[in-house]
Amino acid sequence: MKETGITGFGAYIPRRRLSRSAIAEAHSWAIPGLKARGKGERSFCGHDEDVITMAVAAVRSGQSGGGAGPVASLLLASTTLPFADRQNATLVGEALGLSEDLHTADICGSMRAGTSALIQALNNASDQSSLVVAAEQRYSKPGSVQELTTGDGAAALRVGSENILARFIGCHTVSRDLVDHYRSAGSNVDYSLEERWIRDEGYLKIIPDALTRLFEKTGVAAADINHLVIPVVAARTAQAVAKKCGIDVAAIADNLQGRCGDAGAAQGLLMLINTLESAQAGEKILLLGFGQGCDALLFEATEGIAGGSAFRGVQAELEKGTVETNYMRFLSYSGAIAMDWGIRAERDTRTALSAFYRNRETFTAFVGGRCTVCETVQFPKTGICVNPDCNTPGTQVAESFRDKLGTIKSFTEDWLAHSVSPPFMYGAVAFEGKGSLIMEFADFDPGQLQVGDSVSMTFRIKDKDKLRDFRRYFWKAVPVIGKGR
Amino acid sequence: MASGIKDKVAIVGMGCSRFGERWDCNAEDLMLEAYWECLEDAGIETPEIEAAWLGLCYDEHSMSKSAISLPQALRLANVPVTRVENLCATGSEALRGAVYAVAAGACDIALAMGVEKLKDTGFGGLPGRSMGTFDDLWLPGVTAPGSFAQICTAYSEKHGISIDELKQAMAHVSWKSHENGARNPKAHLRNRVTKEQILKAPMIAYPLGMFDCCGVSDGAACAIVTTPERAREMGREHNLVSVKSMQLALSNGAEMFYDSWDGTSALTAGIASKKAYQEAGISDPAAELDLVEVHDCFSITELITMEDLGLSERGSAPKDIMEGRYDSDGAIPCNIDGGLKCFGHPLGATGLRMVYEIYQQIHGRAGDRQLADVRQGLTHNLGGFPNRNVCSIAIVGRYDLH
Repeated sequence: MKETGITGFGAYIPRRRLSRSAIAEAHSWAIPGLKARGKGERSFCGHDEDVITMAVAAVRSGQSGGGAGPVASLLLASTTLPFADRQNATLVGEALGLSEDLHTADICGSMRAGTSALIQALNNASDQSSLVVAAEQRYSKPGSVQELTTGDGAAALRVGSENILARFIGCHTVSRDLVDHYRSAGSNVDYSLEERWIRDEGYLKIIPDALTRLFEKTGVAAADINHLVIPVVAARTAQAVAKKCGIDVAAIADNLQGRCGDAGAAQGLLMLINTLESAQAGEKILLLGFGQGCDALLFEATEGIAGGSAFRGVQAELEKGTVETNYMRFLSYSGAIAMDWGIRAERDTRTALSAFYRNRETFTAFVGGRCTVCETVQFPKTGICVNPDCNTPGTQVAESFRDKLGTIKSFTEDWLAHSVSPPFMYGAVAFEGKGSLIMEFADFDPGQLQVGDSVSMTFRIKDKDKLRDFRRYFWKAVPVIGKGR
Repeated sequence: MASGIKDKVAIVGMGCSRFGERWDCNAEDLMLEAYWECLEDAGIETPEIEAAWLGLCYDEHSMSKSAISLPQALRLANVPVTRVENLCATGSEALRGAVYAVAAGACDIALAMGVEKLKDTGFGGLPGRSMGTFDDLWLPGVTAPGSFAQICTAYSEKHGISIDELKQAMAHVSWKSHENGARNPKAHLRNRVTKEQILKAPMIAYPLGMFDCCGVSDGAACAIVTTPERAREMGREHNLVSVKSMQLALSNGAEMFYDSWDGTSALTAGIASKKAYQEAGISDPAAELDLVEVHDCFSITELITMEDLGLSERGSAPKDIMEGRYDSDGAIPCNIDGGLKCFGHPLGATGLRMVYEIYQQIHGRAGDRQLADVRQGLTHNLGGFPNRNVCSIAIVGRYDLH
């Protein structure tokens, strides 16, 4: 049978990292005990980010290593998808500019969604390349432990049978309805049970059962495991599992609590990517997914793992963060509090979906036009070339703006315009090839914009239509990573 | 080239309501307030009006979309009435409709009415508007201050003038508007402010502070126009005011979507003003214009407009402004009535209000702000945003000026 495995990766962690001490401090009047957990930072989505935007960003981040080529399937794993009925994976695929001849599916319903999607893709990997993306935007009640330990992020893996970084050895799943926490349909926060019970009856029984059968299947021994990717917040629980299963505790992978937090269904995949970034050829990697049972997947890093350095992974995403100490910003972004944005915010942002549908390549895939006569690049594509010295009709061919770098021509920080993250920052961005357009800036703080700075393109939420519970997306200009101040 | 409209149409009556937060008035009341003054000035009766144009920008916040509000409020005879809307140039567009109709010989006496009732929106500043089903999908929901603020960053970069220096010149513009507005009994804002107050004001859209921005107002202004021949029959011999030129230029997308525009000027203002000078037979605008009424929606707009109109060299408007060239006692007084900043900015009325001021100045009726020996002046409206706009230029002057 043909060898299969992971052939590429990418990650995305939102820029803002909320200091846990800021959370604990805000709650100290009521729950002083949280202070003991007030170390490190947790990532959280910007006001214009969600699972879809993070998923797109994670795949695009992974493209920095090259090795693209067509994929036959795109699986999106999450328990916090923005749409319950409108396939989220399809939108991600269109934003990535993938062919519409694509198998797409949303995989949800459990913290195991990420590993379960990966198993599905690996099972088909000898025939086709797939993208597996797991993303999570976690909601929690203010004052809960989860508010401190969770985080937002996305992981993308490319699975196939060529240029393998980590060979897939085998997997096993145990399905067992242990309700360590749950979230009912229509609710956006978890109901969590006692940690000690989950540890003793969950992690320390279900995982060993799954691993016993995995090791039997694959002939690999517990002592052979070099990296144990176990997405669990408490380090002691991970150690207890390792000891019980006969795995070296030194093999336990970083659970990213320092600068990210537990990104739910994406957590195992994020930790796996972080592991792949430093793994050596021949090392065995055990990936676990826990939730109403356990997914256990076994990989071995190949000689090709050295090529993994070409991909942008978790380390770079951890490093790019900026520390946020304003707890109110976090609450407002996540919708936990409803700020009064004034009458100006009442403006209707209805999307004419028929107009969106016929123009979705323009807006979702960010495809403009290029004039075949004068080579002017423009957005959007129009019937007549925009260059005043050309103005030739019918010359426009499709030109993607997704991967273009732009230069800031002018900007403003607008405190009058309605934004749920004031000031609203926008301006003119010029592209190589004479294109120019007015864009919203994202991921800049006031005072950071400068004429002449380079920007790259990122897919974000443009507007939320509260009246109809809809959100629409478009591309925004963000600082070029590595060039920001 | 066409012969143009110079001196083909005379303005025989004008009226203007008090501008401001007119909590006491409906849009119809504002129109009547301007209309009574205009009618008395023209010395005619309503049935003599043969056609009318109504300028109203934000119909969704005051009257209805159609033109019917005007004949209904004024009880016009059943004459043709057309509503026009062209952003901040709406008032000028109403006048252009009336002037063109008279120039064409379609009617002898026409009315242009501009009105806006904005203070029922419930908040300050302009209401948000849909940009259409296509543009709403991608264009940022920008505000006017945010869009015009970008001129500052681009201008600063291009001319090597720091934002702080630029802000000094912008503060002078706003200071001057308040000085002028204080002398105008119909103005919305009649308070004097110091440059220090202006510079320390809260930021609206960087780098525009509160005093760099005009507010929105309620108000109406109107004009009755006819042929010079008919004006003479009406007994108008002395100080007859005629239209020398009306021009309009619209963006075609080059500024917004093509990289050749540097963002430090309004392309359309340069084009429309050149055409207007040609139509009016003006070769040296700085010498031949006795005053200008320009669209100072923001202080920076007035600054670049001085360059767009050819009154200041490119890059030198800040210096000219600081030297007082456009002050009430300067070489070319600009916005002697307080401008949008202090007279106020009811969008549909603004263009007509500007013409009203020049008309009053020519007739020597401008009270405390009367300038000496006014022969002709220019009005300028810039509607929309710097990168996508409508620019209207009108030149009016004494009919006997050639």
